[in-house]
Amino acid sequence: MIGLNHFLVLGAVMFCISVAGIFLNRKNVLILLMAIELMLLAVNMNFVAFSRFLGNTDGQVFVFFILTVAAAEAAIGLAILVVLFRNRETINVEELDSLKG
Amino acid sequence: MLEQIVFFTLAAALVASALAVISARNPVYAALFLVLCFFTSAAIWLLLEVEFLAIVLILVYVGAVMVLFLFVVMMLDVNVAPLKEGFARYLPVGLLVAAAMLAEMLLVLGAQRFGLERFPAPVPNPPDYNNTRELGEVLYTQYVYPFEIAAVILLVAIVAAIALTLRRRPQVKHQTPAKQVQVKREDRLKIVSMPAEKREVES
Repeated sequence: MIGLNHFLVLGAVMFCISVAGIFLNRKNVLILLMAIELMLLAVNMNFVAFSRFLGNTDGQVFVFFILTVAAAEAAIGLAILVVLFRNRETINVEELDSLKG
Repeated sequence: MLEQIVFFTLAAALVASALAVISARNPVYAALFLVLCFFTSAAIWLLLEVEFLAIVLILVYVGAVMVLFLFVVMMLDVNVAPLKEGFARYLPVGLLVAAAMLAEMLLVLGAQRFGLERFPAPVPNPPDYNNTRELGEVLYTQYVYPFEIAAVILLVAIVAAIALTLRRRPQVKHQTPAKQVQVKREDRLKIVSMPAEKREVES
């Protein structure tokens, strides 16, 4: 039988993969946004598994809200990216240094 | 036994496609592999009998968010080659951090803490069980205020996305109906009074 630990380990593996993705694709904002979506998916996996194994619907409601916020975040992030590309002609993180940070 | 085979197949597909997302050379391929990730996750959630969220994941994520991603990826004319430069340089440190995180998590999430002895397998739901109804009953009573705040967040996201990407181009000629309506007769018409002149007689 599949236990709760299987789902939690799967979520942990996906989260670590997306952390590695943020390290590896530091220059490409698009892949960074995709890695963040992957992280949210890993967290949602944990929420769903706990909700099912504890017999409590609250976890599923939380996943619902996370999906809402993630959709809003993707929409605004991509809009910012479009404006950025229109103004600077690049999405390379290395060249986005106008603030001299 | 069948459940285990299905779960491990789906989990292997999920991990493989997640690895493909972060290592794909072309962002379009990365987006498509992310779509595969969401599909396999939805299948795993169906295995957990969380039907409503599985459908929502496909409808919202694959249908809306990933299509938006693909639109943006294809609309931006990105030169991919310089964006991949640091990949080999950051590979050791990235793998090191990820492996360390994974090892720590696996130490905590082992079978002795979260195994079937501590958390017994949930009983399968009866045939007339309705996951959507159960979620809706909680969502519209106990969580009604967070639900409304989520609606406001989506509204703000719509307004922000439109306001950010709206472009005014000054060189394009266009009409302003408000100004056209406000025009008075004095702005356009000018009556000049002239003295009448005698017509010259042709000889």
